[in-house]
Amino acid sequence: MGTNLTIGKAINAGLRASMEHDPKVLVMGEDVGRLGGVFRVTDGLHKDFGADRVIDTPLAESGIVGTAIGMAMRGYRPVVEIQFDGFFFPAANQTFTQLAKMRRRSAGKLSMPVVMRIPYGGGIGAVEHHSESPEAYFQHTAGLRVVSVANPEDAYWMIQQAVRSDDPVIFLEPKRRYYEKAEVDTGVSIDAVTPMGAARIARPGTDCTLLAYGPMIKTALQAAEADVDHSIEVIDVRSLSPIDYATITESVKRTGRLVVAHEATLTGGPGAEIAARVTEECFYHLESPVIRVAAFDTPYPQSRLEEHYLPDLDRVLDGVDRAFAY
Amino acid sequence: MSQTAAHEEPELIQLLTPEGELKEHPDYPLDISAEEIRALYRDLVLVRRVDSEAVSLQRQGELGLWASLLGQEAAQIGSARALRPDDMAFPSYREHGVAWCRGIEPKELLGMFRGVTNGGWDPHEYGFHLYTIVIGSQALHATGYAMGIQRDGAVGEDGSAVISYFGDGATSQGDTNESFNFAAVNNAPVVFFCQNNQWAISEPLERQARVPIYKRAAGFGFPGVRVDGNDVLACLAVTRAAMDNARTGQGPTLVEAFTYRMGAHTTNDDPSRYRDAAELDEWKAKDPILRVRNHLELYELADEAFFARIDEEADKVGEMVRTQCRSMADPEPLDIFHEVYAEPNVHIDHQRSEFADYLASFEGAGAEGGR
Ligand SMILES: Cc1ncc(C[n+]2csc(CCOP(=O)(O)OP(=O)(O)O)c2C)c(N)n1
Ligand SMILES: [Mg+2]
Repeated sequence: MGTNLTIGKAINAGLRASMEHDPKVLVMGEDVGRLGGVFRVTDGLHKDFGADRVIDTPLAESGIVGTAIGMAMRGYRPVVEIQFDGFFFPAANQTFTQLAKMRRRSAGKLSMPVVMRIPYGGGIGAVEHHSESPEAYFQHTAGLRVVSVANPEDAYWMIQQAVRSDDPVIFLEPKRRYYEKAEVDTGVSIDAVTPMGAARIARPGTDCTLLAYGPMIKTALQAAEADVDHSIEVIDVRSLSPIDYATITESVKRTGRLVVAHEATLTGGPGAEIAARVTEECFYHLESPVIRVAAFDTPYPQSRLEEHYLPDLDRVLDGVDRAFAY
Repeated sequence: MSQTAAHEEPELIQLLTPEGELKEHPDYPLDISAEEIRALYRDLVLVRRVDSEAVSLQRQGELGLWASLLGQEAAQIGSARALRPDDMAFPSYREHGVAWCRGIEPKELLGMFRGVTNGGWDPHEYGFHLYTIVIGSQALHATGYAMGIQRDGAVGEDGSAVISYFGDGATSQGDTNESFNFAAVNNAPVVFFCQNNQWAISEPLERQARVPIYKRAAGFGFPGVRVDGNDVLACLAVTRAAMDNARTGQGPTLVEAFTYRMGAHTTNDDPSRYRDAAELDEWKAKDPILRVRNHLELYELADEAFFARIDEEADKVGEMVRTQCRSMADPEPLDIFHEVYAEPNVHIDHQRSEFADYLASFEGAGAEGGR
């Protein structure tokens, strides 16, 4: 059963499937009801599942996540939407001190099957606080699972896997790629699709591994295509916590080089962690240091500068060149 | 799940009816000359023009986004004209009318929505803080600033006071409620000016509040008033009284300006998805500019030549806005690294010089990009 879907529509379809599958699944957030969310990802759900299951919340992110925690204790599986990456921060307390730690604090008696959907990343010409890549904060926090999708197929399945997870999942949606379209096979069983925590080789290659996730996958694939001198393997890491190091190290041991690209800032970013770990595990196979291509360590700039700030095709290729300079 | 209380009959302070008749209010006597009313009319018209030009510029691709103040001109002009030069205002992102009164040139606002700056004006120079997008944040800044005024001993007849602007949706935020409480326990010289435009993007007021917003103040221990937000005279009088109370050590006030967002939330928004067009028609009859014009005509305080002059001036302002916007240059790529830290930072310096080398590597290469 193939359907041609955008990433946004695929998440919508995945949410719908989750709500049909399990009456305990709820959607909550600002403007998610009648409007269907500012990106229309929850379009139609309010109409079809009603206001008890699709909740237009008051404008308060701490309130959204805090009440989702209470709902989860009562047996519900809330999928909360944070309208934009930059508006997660008012919910930081509830997320870091409560949501992430509840299992541990209750000695395993409480589960927190909460999904936090966040449209993230830049490149849409927006004003402040609408273009951030906060994944490192989540990745740094024990108790949270962190995933990002890069194509409609993953969008459709991973949102459903996230909803079924008994751990809190930060579900990062690459907003500038919402409108990318592809065929999605919705007919297979959810048990047959790749698990949410597994990395995926998006393009096989032999000379260098290029690792990315979310919005940067498209750029990484373009870079691999553009570099006619080398055979680049692209890995979509998909899950930032936990990270599927088995797939990554197997690849790096074959290629001898690793370039990690992300929109998050360089210092303390996901690339730093991956570089450290790969260096430990693949030291004798590496032909070059692990190279990071990331945003600069500055606040996200005004939109007229974002094309320079975000790692683009040329910056990624430059990173690949640096790896081959050794 | 019934929802009723939020739409209780508003106890609205009004000094000017939609038809332009003056009304007396015992608590808010307003001694105002014809010249001052004409000046308010001018502000209202010019600010609406700045706003409508900005909407067009966004449509033409010159701005990334614009948040229109259409319908909220009186709330903003009335309240802002109540401020003294030494007072400090903390806006959200829709306060173009307040910015106008504080002497911020439209191009400063346009720059932000064009993506050329992050604001960048000096808040101290204008007594007007930067636009704040993260809902509710600025209410705490305003309160802290007011606590500073107290510690400076700058409370009194000649003292300063602070005003914080935010919307109805913002009253749900923790930060906003915390600011009410901080202001109350400190008796801080701050006025909370909530423009209740009935909508927070697609969510109507019932999704935010079960009691009229102004009534919240009582629970925190300071007065709250609801003013007709489409009545520039009432907004002026009520804000002036609240600011004077704050200034003279009588603590905070919550002013709820009851108004309506006549346009979309922003240029990205499509209100037809969530609200009835009939609602807009109802509010058009209460238009904040129309009623001042009605008043000036009714009381013969202005002639045709006056209105023609203002329209002409509006055309000039419109043209200025268009020219200023289109001539705004993009920042230089290396600007990314500016103003991150007060002190020299080796880390930033290193990244800047690496990026400069990277950019230089394309020079002479001819084509876009390195390959
Ligand atoms: C903390 C935070 N959450 C969400 C948003 C997205 N957002 C921008 S404006 C808005 C609605 C604001 O409504 P209101 O406070 O009534 O102000 P209005 O836009 O009506 O002037 C929302 C949800 C934001 N800017 N900040
Ligand atoms: Mg509002």
